[in-house]
Amino acid sequence: MKKFALALFALMAFALGAVVPAAAQLRVDVTQGNIQPLPIAIPDFIGSPQGAQIAAVVRADLDRSGLFRPLDPKSFVDKITDINAIPNFANWRVINAQALVSGQVQAQPDGRLRLDFRLWDVAAGSQMVGLQYYTTPDNWRRIAHMVSDAIYQRVTGEKGYFDTRIVFIAESGPATHRVKRLAVMDEDGANPKFLTNGSYMVLTPRFNPTAQMIAYMSYIGNKPRVYLFDMETGKQEMLGNFPNMTFSPRFSPDGNKVVMSLVSGGNSDIYVMDLRTRSISRLTTDPGIDTSPSYSPDGTKITFESDRGGSQQVYVMNADGSNQHRISFGGGKNGTPVWSPRGDLIAFTKQAGGAFRIGVMHPDGSGERVITDGWEDEGPTWAPNGRVLMFGRTARNGRGSSIWSVDVTGRNERRVITPGSASDPAWSPLIQ
Amino acid sequence: MIKISTTLKLAALASVLVLAACTEKPKAVETAPPPTSMSNTTTSSIIPGSAEDLRVNVGDTVHFDYDAYNVTDEGRSILQRQAAWLQKYPSVRVTIEGNCDERGTREYNLALGARRANSVKEYLVSLGVSASRVDTISYGKERPICTESDEACWAQNRRGVTTITGGANS
Repeated sequence: MKKFALALFALMAFALGAVVPAAAQLRVDVTQGNIQPLPIAIPDFIGSPQGAQIAAVVRADLDRSGLFRPLDPKSFVDKITDINAIPNFANWRVINAQALVSGQVQAQPDGRLRLDFRLWDVAAGSQMVGLQYYTTPDNWRRIAHMVSDAIYQRVTGEKGYFDTRIVFIAESGPATHRVKRLAVMDEDGANPKFLTNGSYMVLTPRFNPTAQMIAYMSYIGNKPRVYLFDMETGKQEMLGNFPNMTFSPRFSPDGNKVVMSLVSGGNSDIYVMDLRTRSISRLTTDPGIDTSPSYSPDGTKITFESDRGGSQQVYVMNADGSNQHRISFGGGKNGTPVWSPRGDLIAFTKQAGGAFRIGVMHPDGSGERVITDGWEDEGPTWAPNGRVLMFGRTARNGRGSSIWSVDVTGRNERRVITPGSASDPAWSPLIQ
Repeated sequence: MIKISTTLKLAALASVLVLAACTEKPKAVETAPPPTSMSNTTTSSIIPGSAEDLRVNVGDTVHFDYDAYNVTDEGRSILQRQAAWLQKYPSVRVTIEGNCDERGTREYNLALGARRANSVKEYLVSLGVSASRVDTISYGKERPICTESDEACWAQNRRGVTTITGGANS
């Protein structure tokens, strides 16, 4: 598999000089739970065939975010014929567009594509963003996602999450003999690829901070152990050589360590392995189940789950294992904690009243909110901006699993497109 | 589990007696109902010391309560028969598969399945089976045998299964 960084070469982005950007009034506050999506007109970009394809991907990205409402191109009364001319804003105000995106794709003599786009504040009649990108033609979807990210960031003030990937488990076959394969796809479900062939079960994959490496659990040879998958070489490597099961791996924020559970004498405790020295340190020692560790974004703390107090609950400890303390007191069982990349929240799975739901709380356990209402939702994963989550949803009676996304506010719940049944999603950081 | 009890064979009963004789403290073992007539003809072809022998005549599965990993009284009687059978066929090696119902999160269930498999192993070892003959593996909630989302199914899925990995007759 090609390194993403190589595939996207000679990327350039700079503000175009044709129009002086004005102070924008257009703003969407992503922290609100009930905002009206921003009406935005995104005509097909100039240049075929990629112009129409890229605009369609941008429309789909922004629509999926729930923060924008891309207007139906059929409603447009004007069209963009010159990327460097100021649009006739009256013709976009009349269809109630608050924002307008104009773009152009051109093939370069060296075979690359050049994309220019501008985001306009229709009411103020001013340019908000003007950017230019170069890439290889096969990379057009990534350029589209980068345009979406630039628009999202300019309008919300938050970094976007469209130029990201999802690693997950693709499921097939009957529930009693489910085939589970390691798979990866773009955040919008495009370009799905299977990384294992299904002859052995694979569970709980997670990206490293560069999205070049995946830590996961595999049953190769009927020995369940943590493995690393190198996206560049396609090679799999067992992490360490332990006599018993290792599971529940997750990278440290600097990518140099993997924290995971090891079983000894039937008991699961949390250990951390330094990937450079392969030295291992034990972090928990109690006789309860300790698993699902996840680092805080600054790497100083780890949240995890333990049943040491009699039921599965969420705990936090320092990264060296000191100061282990329970933080979940909101009732029921609580597990699979995952620290937000922003550091402000921990997402988790709450089991109460016969259902599994996704919740979030502050790292001190305060402010608990349940944000989904499935029968068996579990295993949240954060978008790199900490505003959106994905999770797995299992249907009753063995009728398969699916991946869903939801804003941290609890609104905008959507099914994520996957090739067939899917579970255990893990969101990548923004691709470098 | 009912099925296992009803197919209990005289051979297995004899094994339990042998076991009782060589353990220091005889334990009260609940006697399962005698075999039903329908299985008389089919079991006669089972090779003693085979995987089928273990499964059909001894019982290869014990069940657990919700979110628990202690071996139940019923489980103990099955494992006592397994231990006796393993003493009788000393070249057999086994793996205990720990399984869970779907009412737990994935990683917690992997850990719980490991506990269950270990409980079974420890009990077999306490009955004199060499620990080196018994391996364990957890499948968490990944290998249900019953897929309805109700307690009857979940009870079947919360199980430890003794599977032969080598040394059996065939």
